[in-house]
Amino acid sequence: MSQKIDQERRQFVSVAGLAAAATAVAPGVFLLGGSAEAEPRTDPVTDKVRYGMLIDTTKCADGCSECVTGCEKENGLDLLRMPEGADPEEWDRQRPRWMRTVKVKDRLTGRVSTLPMMCQHCEYPPCVDVCPTGASFRRADGIVMVDRHICIGCRYCMMACPYKARSFIHENIDRQLSIAPRGKGCVESCNFCVHRVDNGESTTACQDACPHGAIVFGDLNDPNSEVSKALREKANTQLRADLKLNTGVRYRGI
Amino acid sequence: MVTGALVLALGVSAAEHSDRSVVKGSKAYELDSCVEPTPVMRKLHPTFIKHQRDITVHQGIRGAKHSLSGCVDCHAAKDAQGKYMPVNAPGQFCESCHEYAGVEIPCFSCHATTPTGRSGE
Repeated sequence: MSQKIDQERRQFVSVAGLAAAATAVAPGVFLLGGSAEAEPRTDPVTDKVRYGMLIDTTKCADGCSECVTGCEKENGLDLLRMPEGADPEEWDRQRPRWMRTVKVKDRLTGRVSTLPMMCQHCEYPPCVDVCPTGASFRRADGIVMVDRHICIGCRYCMMACPYKARSFIHENIDRQLSIAPRGKGCVESCNFCVHRVDNGESTTACQDACPHGAIVFGDLNDPNSEVSKALREKANTQLRADLKLNTGVRYRGI
Repeated sequence: MVTGALVLALGVSAAEHSDRSVVKGSKAYELDSCVEPTPVMRKLHPTFIKHQRDITVHQGIRGAKHSLSGCVDCHAAKDAQGKYMPVNAPGQFCESCHEYAGVEIPCFSCHATTPTGRSGE
């Protein structure tokens, strides 16, 4: 009897092992074919992939904000209008932005760099640490997002983010895109154009919009991806590397 | 047994009538059935949508059959000018029933109400 049970268990274990191997292979296969076929994702995201980005600030031109424009058009941020009677200065300071351009100057040498700044998609995101509801989360593939169905709008994450990457929607909105739902009382930020990623596309809107080819997006875990190759090739850095957040966005030339 | 048959018959006749609650000028108007049988959809559509939203947001699975954008895509009707009308506008598919039942639709405080990629344009 005991032998019979052992046999069954062994069989079960071997079948389970096979199944596990099959699921382990499937996402990899999907990802390789993903960008070419551009099919919506049918399997859950896995940590086999980590999405990341390299921004070459040496290619960024002073005064250029094409990436920001591209981002805002893609994600419907350009549909937002200043509420009537609002203070234009306040609106400009507080209006939702996923991406902004920042100018940094080395005080010693006087070297000035312009760079786009957005959610850095940290491996250890402070916004996720502080979120009281679990709305702020890091997806298995490394994309840090807000599940706005459970966001209560407390804005702890905005306080916690060292990159000032998140925005709050203060007013009711009547114009949205199907791919970018948005409403009063929730926090949001760059999500690496997750609708594109999930539909098998391999670029983000900012990358497509950049006329200088300064932005490369891709899988950091795949040594043959364009972004991994670019990262290996030349020195690059994380912003506020001292915080040890292991950001998914890296910069070159600062 | 007889009662069962009667209930069934009533159910069927109700379903036949209610099929026409879809709005003329929408894709759904041309179809025989939704992604599930009509009585199932009528009762369980909030559950379907709620389950799928979590799968989509957290696991990245898109294009599965119970998606809200799928509802909007199929149920939004075009007006005489060929322009989409919001599904939550008076008399449109979502609103007409929710108004009757007195249930708010919180979906559309965030989600687009027309199938266009860029609504309001």
